[in-house]
Order: sequence, then C-alpha cells, then structure tokens
Amino acid sequence: MRFLSTGLVRGLIAQIIGTVVGMALTMAIRVLVGLPVSSTDAALQQHITEVHVVGGVIIGAIAFMVGVGVLDEWLGWARGKPINENIDPDPSKPNWMRYFGVDFDHKVIGVQYGVTSILLLGIGGLMAVLFRTELAQSGITFLNSDIFEIMLGYNSEHLFNTLMSLHGMVMIAGNLLGIGALMNYLVPMMIGANDMAFPRLNSFAFWINVPGALILVSSMFFGGFDTGWVGYPPLSVRAPLGMEMFLIGVYLVGLSSIAGAINVIVTVFTMRAKGMTMFRMPIFVWAALATSIIQFTATQMIGLSFQLVMLERLFGMGFFDATAGGDPILYQHLFWFYSHPAVYVFILPGLGIISELLPVFSRKPLFGYKAVAMSSLGIALIGFFVWAHHMFASGMSPFLRVPFMYATLLVAVPTGVKFFSWVATLWEGKLEFPTPMLFALGSVIIFLLGGVTGPPLGTIATDLHLHDTYFVVGHFHDTMFGGFVFPFFAALYYWFPKLTGRMYSEKLGKWHFWLMWGSFMVLSNGMLLVGLLGMRRRIVDYDPALGFDFTHLLITIAAFAIFLSVVLALYNFIRSARKGPEAKGNVWNSRSPEWHIPSPAPLHNFPEPFEVVGEPYDYGKIDSPYVIMPAASATGHAHAAATGKE
Amino acid sequence: MVHFVIVGLLVVASTLGLGLFLTNAPILPLQASEQAITVDWLFNIHWWLIAFFFSLITVFVLYSVFVFRRKRGERGDGKYVSHNDRLEIIWTAIPIGIVLILAVIGASTLADVERRDANALTVDVYASQWVWRFEYTAEVLTEAGETILTAVSTDTLVLPKDRQVVLRMRSADVIHSFWVPEFRVKQDVLPGGDEFVRELRITPNMEGLYKVRCAELCGQLHYAMLADVQVVTPAEFDAWLAENAGDCNLGDEQCGQRWATTYGCTACHSLTGESGVGPTWLGLFGHDVTLSDGSVVTADLEYLHTSIVDPNAQIVQGFQPGIMPQDFAVRLTEEQIQQIIAFIVSLQ
Repeated sequence: MRFLSTGLVRGLIAQIIGTVVGMALTMAIRVLVGLPVSSTDAALQQHITEVHVVGGVIIGAIAFMVGVGVLDEWLGWARGKPINENIDPDPSKPNWMRYFGVDFDHKVIGVQYGVTSILLLGIGGLMAVLFRTELAQSGITFLNSDIFEIMLGYNSEHLFNTLMSLHGMVMIAGNLLGIGALMNYLVPMMIGANDMAFPRLNSFAFWINVPGALILVSSMFFGGFDTGWVGYPPLSVRAPLGMEMFLIGVYLVGLSSIAGAINVIVTVFTMRAKGMTMFRMPIFVWAALATSIIQFTATQMIGLSFQLVMLERLFGMGFFDATAGGDPILYQHLFWFYSHPAVYVFILPGLGIISELLPVFSRKPLFGYKAVAMSSLGIALIGFFVWAHHMFASGMSPFLRVPFMYATLLVAVPTGVKFFSWVATLWEGKLEFPTPMLFALGSVIIFLLGGVTGPPLGTIATDLHLHDTYFVVGHFHDTMFGGFVFPFFAALYYWFPKLTGRMYSEKLGKWHFWLMWGSFMVLSNGMLLVGLLGMRRRIVDYDPALGFDFTHLLITIAAFAIFLSVVLALYNFIRSARKGPEAKGNVWNSRSPEWHIPSPAPLHNFPEPFEVVGEPYDYGKIDSPYVIMPAASATGHAHAAATGKE
Repeated sequence: MVHFVIVGLLVVASTLGLGLFLTNAPILPLQASEQAITVDWLFNIHWWLIAFFFSLITVFVLYSVFVFRRKRGERGDGKYVSHNDRLEIIWTAIPIGIVLILAVIGASTLADVERRDANALTVDVYASQWVWRFEYTAEVLTEAGETILTAVSTDTLVLPKDRQVVLRMRSADVIHSFWVPEFRVKQDVLPGGDEFVRELRITPNMEGLYKVRCAELCGQLHYAMLADVQVVTPAEFDAWLAENAGDCNLGDEQCGQRWATTYGCTACHSLTGESGVGPTWLGLFGHDVTLSDGSVVTADLEYLHTSIVDPNAQIVQGFQPGIMPQDFAVRLTEEQIQQIIAFIVSLQ
C-alpha cells in the first residue's frame, strides 16, 4: 500500500488524467477558434485526431511532473512560501521509498537513472532480438505471425520498421540515462562535493525522462512509425501517429540531457575540494565535463529539428516540402548537427571509465594524463565539425563534402592519443583481471574495431559504397558497445561494492564477459561483412541471391547470446546485492577519493571535506598521497546510522 | 628493449597476415564499373591501414596481458612512468600526417569517381514509393523523313558497356537512394522538382544482370524497391532503344502488356494468380471483388479504370491503401490506360 503513495505512482495517475484533460482542452480550443473537431473525410479525421492526441500527450507529460512532486518546491517558491533548505529525506519513510519518488541525493538519482537505463536497454534489446529473429533467414517468416497482427494491427513490414526504429531510439535513450547514472553517482564523490550544484534541477532532469520514455515506447500502440531513428522528412511527415509520440518522447529526454549537463558543468567548475586543480581531477570527471559541454550546446538542435517536423505535420508549414519553398535536406543538417556530437556523448564517459580502470588494475599511473584529458575535449570540439559525413550521398552541396571529410578523419587523432595512452599504461604494469578489468580491456578491442572501420566511411569514395549498408550498422554498434555498453558494465561491476557494500560473483561476471564479448565479435564482424557485400540497412527481407543467409543466422544467434549474457549479469547483480559477501573497504585498492569513505556511501558523502595534496594516478610511487581524508569522513559519521542500508 | 623487439616483429607479422587476408578475401561484390576500380583501390589502402592499426594496438594489449600479468605471489605496483612528452608529440603528429595524406587521397579518388565524360548517355530516373522508372531519349525517323526525339519509358535500366551514363534522378514522394552494389556508388534521390535533381555518373564495364537497390529507408516496402539493370554491348543497346522507341504499333493487348512492364505495374500485380503487394491480375476481370469496407463489386471496365487513376477509391480486402502511386492519370495517356485494361481483360 505504501507503494501506491510513492511519487512514481502519483505521477503516472496524473499523466493519464492530464492526457485526457489535455485532449479535451485541445478540442475546446479548436471549437473556440472555429476549427472542426471531427470530419467524415478519413484523412482529415486522422489529422484532427493527431492534433488532439499531441495536445493531450504534452499536457500529460507536464501533469506527470506535477504529480510526481518534482515541481513542489519551485511552485511553492513562486507562491512566496519560504524555501525549505533542508533537502534530506523524510526519516519516517522506509529507505526503498526514496527510489520511487522525488529525492535530491545525487546517489539516489544516480541509481534511479541506472535502473531506468537498464530497463530501457532491456526493452530495446528485446526489440532487437525480435527483428533479428526475422532476419535469421531470407523471406518474411516470423514477423508475419498472426499474434503481432492481433496485438498491434499492423503488417510485417511496418512492424519490422517500427521495431527497428524504436530499437534505435530506445537504446539511445537508455545510453543517455546510463551516462546520467554514471555522471550523477560518481562526479560529486570524485571531486569531493556532497551533492550536485542544483539538486532540485537534478531530480527534475531525471523525472522528465520517465514520461519521455513512456511516450516514446507507447508509439508502438499509436500505429508505430517507419522512418528509422533519424526520421528524415518527407517520410516522417507522412508517417502514422506513432511518429508524434516518438518526436515528443525524444524531445523530453533531450530536455533532461540539457538540464543534467548544466548541473555537471557547474558542479565540476565550482564544487571541487581544496587543492583539486583541474589537472588533479580523476580522469572520468574530465570525460563527464566534455560530455556535458556537448550535451549542453548540441541537444537544442535535435529539439529544434523535431519541432519543425511536428509543426510540419500539425500545421503543414512546409519547411521540408520543396513545392512550398522548403528544402528536403535541411532537416538532415539540423538533425546531424546534434546527432553526430551525440555519439560522442555516448562514448566519452565510457572512454573515461576505461581510463579510470586501467591504472587501478595495472598498478601504474595513467600515461599522459593531460593528453588524455585534453583529447576528450578535442573529440568534443571536432565532433561539432563533422556532421555532414552522414550525408555524403544525400545530395547536399558538393563543395561541402571534402572539408567534412578532412574534419571527420581528424577525429582519429585524439582518439588515437587515448589508445596509445592506454597501451602505455598497461605496458610493464602488474596486471590483474577481475571482471571490471576484463570489460575495460574488451572495450578497448571492440572500440578499436569501431575506430578502424571509421576511415572507410570517412573517405567519400568508399562511403558512396558503404553508406546505408550494414557496414555502418556494424561500425556504430562497435563504437556503441566498445564506447558505452562494455564500459558501462565495467563501471557497474567496479562500483558495485561502493553502491551496495557487497561483492558480486566473480565467476558469473567472467561468464558474462566471455559470452558477451565473444558473441559481440561474431555479431559485429558479421554485420561488417554483409554490409560490404551489399546488405542494405533497415530492410525486413534480403535477397537470397546475395548469399549471406548463413552469416545472418550467425548474427542472430550472437544477438540472442548477448541478450542471455545481460540476463545473467542482472541475475548476478540482484542476487549479490542481497546475499553477496560484504565488501566495505577500498576493494580495488584505488587512490580515488570515493574509495576512501565507507561503502555504501553515507548520506552526505564527506562530513569533513578532504584536501588534495598530490596526483590522482601515482601508482607505484612511494609516499605520494592523493587526498588527505579526515577521520570523520573516512569512517562515516553520525548521520550514517540514520540512512540505514542503501 | 627485448619486449619491444618481440612486439615489433609480432605487429609486422600480424599486419601482413591481416592485410593480405582483407585485400584478397572476397569481401566486396563483383567489380562492374570504372568507378568501382577506383573505389576498390581506395578500399585496399584502407584495408592495409586497418590491418596495421588494429594489429598495433591489439598486439600491444595482448602482449601486456600475457607478459605483464601479476605473477603468483608478486607484490607491489607496476613501474612508475607518468608521461613522456616526446613520445606523446610523436604519436599525435604521425596520425595527423597519415590523416592528411589519406584525406588528399580521398579527395583525388572522389574527383576520379565523379569524372565527367562529354560523350555520356543521359537517362532520367524517376523514383516513387516503391518503383523505379527509367526514361531514355531516342531519335526516331518519322514516315515524313524527319528526325524527332521521343521518350522511352522502362522499368529495367538497360546500359551500354564502356560508356558513361548520367543518371538524372528525381523522386515523386520521399527520399530514395540509387545503389547498384556492383557499381559501388550511390546517390540519394530527392523530391522537390527540378531544383533537386541529382546526378550520378557510372561507367559500366562488364556485361551482365544487376539490380538497383533502394538504399534510403522509404517506408513500408523499402526492402522490395528493386529494379533490374542490364549491361549490354553498345550495338545491342542501340537495337533495344530503337525497338522500344516511338508509338506502340502492336495490338491493344500487346501494347498494354508493354506498358504494364515499363510502368512497373507487374512489380506488384502478378500475372500468375499469386497475391503480391497488390491483387493478381489473372482472372480479375468480370469476377466479384470484396472491398475493404465489406461491400462486393464486380470488376468491370469502369472498376478497372477507376482503380488505375484513383487507386485509393476502392481497396480490395486484405490490401492496403496508399501503396499504389496515385498519379497514373497524369503519367499515362488515356490510350495507354485503355490498352492496359485490354491486357488485364485478356488474362483469363
């Protein structure tokens, strides 16, 4: 019963009510301005329905935010009520309830982000497994089952397109939330802050994702959409109602991106411990900073481009319709201006995690710390000048192509710096291989594969063959797995004792790694190969004459194995969080400040601030401390009892 | 030092093995155009670069994993080396050099792929959801002895060998993309009329049958948006063009059959009784048809005519509206429509 009083449940109820009210409100406004609210003409009726639903869904999302209670303090402040400076949780409520409602502690928000992220990655993965089953052999053999027709009411081709499009966007939302989880949980603890700079905004940034993700996934039930995750007009202007759900859902998740990024930037610049200069921060903080700068400056663009598509759909404004003076390529420029930097948003934190873990498990300093830190900013900067490499075949102005080719190939330089630094870090170390290290090394190899498959896509002549083939799919799955998924799991294993105070099962962790890594290698190399041979992207059925049915079967089997390995990992986490052996101390013998306070971390991380006196990665150097941790912080403090178990 | 020697040898061996494998394995489709030769040459440069860099990092990582692992009973940390400015400058500068050289090569191969031939044959390409149509211009000698130009419309792209063709492409609805894997090049086809016509130049150099495959997601039947490509000798090409030029002077049924293939009807409507994307034409005329709203109509001449010029008016049960192009009233002359109907009537 207490669960029903949590913010999440209240928010969901408010969203349902808000959606209905919003639809009625839209209808009322249409009546007031003299527009029809129903029509006998099927096409017009469809358009009217769309306007009503869009109005309802937007109001519903706002209602969710009100219902969950994240706006309470702001609204109270606006009404002139005194501000409640104490943002501690209510001690009369049990601890688990903090995770289902509004809580301002960055560690709780980090966990909320993380769990939502894993849920979304699971949904996206399930979709992938569904359409991979269809692709296991040529011919339409699986998605044309009656069960899908009965459940969703669309035919196999449309179902495939919808699953494929949603897989892309749901996974991307999952990535963004996963990054939010890492940044929120780690950054304040690493720089010696007790919380983020704007705790209320932080909570808002998380909760706006929930209606966003719900609306995004609900597009399945609003007729789906068949444009891929990129949603190029004019196709997206003609797509069914599900397109609108997709646009609004992504818009809200993007809002969260911007709000979260502001928070991280301000936190890093203003809340570092005494003595922690920029070049003494743990390297992950640099990665988080570079990521946030991209999110903060680029995300508006996808919001804008999606807004234009919505306006085009709702009011027929003709931004992309040449007959009305628009330009069909305009959208692609706007979209990729965000979406290329966005892929660096997904990989930079992951590369930061790799840089963070290798020194710990090699017991050596991170080689060339400054160069690695600067290469993150370099990637972020260059990322803004390469967007048009997604459009070499799109028919944009020909003179733009060569400069974009130069810029694109230039990305290899800062990325190369990272690789060489990692290798130099491993060289002559004392390597140990617990699960997080395996995942970090596995990421290096997979991300390398993603990296070296970039140049053929970067030079225009070869890209004219590879564009829109499975080679591209293989390339970016390499970069996404090597740059996000594997490091994300490395981070989950590595900080698991920090979060729970217990140890995961090393044996299951290693099973997970080898199963996932091996399967992924099969999957990605298979994709690269069929792409070279002429397999187009986003097709439900391929020509058996091309002769890669067997490779597709292997890819499908590998996809299932990856899905299975993730289930194994979740089993490991859930079981270990309850019954694992206790791991309270500095499990990995790390120099990083978050390991010098108790696990799980107390409510306010550092009751007494620590002081930084040395370099973060001086492994192998005698008598060179990084932080001086006051006794009160190192042992936890009086409040720790009140927080109970995390 | 001995470590570096061993790793250096391993990197060289691995690069050679991987590079030879990538450059010799059958990982690309048939090479059937002049442009493909250039593109594949650039691919080979990429394969060697990939072989080298992939080997470099992987060998170092694996060597570290096996040689520098913590031995049983070993204590303490690794060697303290925090940075090395000279090394870092070198490994930043060399990639910049490689990147610049690669970009120059990339620009010159692009120029090569896009080289124009004054003697090129022009073909107009019309893409619409989910049909390709090609239009040639042919010179025809009239009975009066004058030479006039006429358009030849077809659903099969027929090309002469060893002559550059300029495809002038336009789309009627959404963005499509023209791609024949064996020719290696692709170009998106944009809607929006004359301003957005895009050109693609190809010089086929191998006779044979290929397929155009739409490479840009264009909706429901994107996967099935294919068209045949025939590369033939110049003499055969000229003969083919002459044969198809001018008015159809066969009987109505034969002409109707010709229009049905050249305008892409048979891509969706089978003549064999199988249901494709659209209903089959075999035995259609004179039979009762159940529509999507449950009503039953007889497929008479009027029904056939309506279905061609306004396909969404009467949708047969089990099929979807909005699939068939709706501009046949503009694209076809009334005579052509009547001939197609005559052809359908003959299919009993």
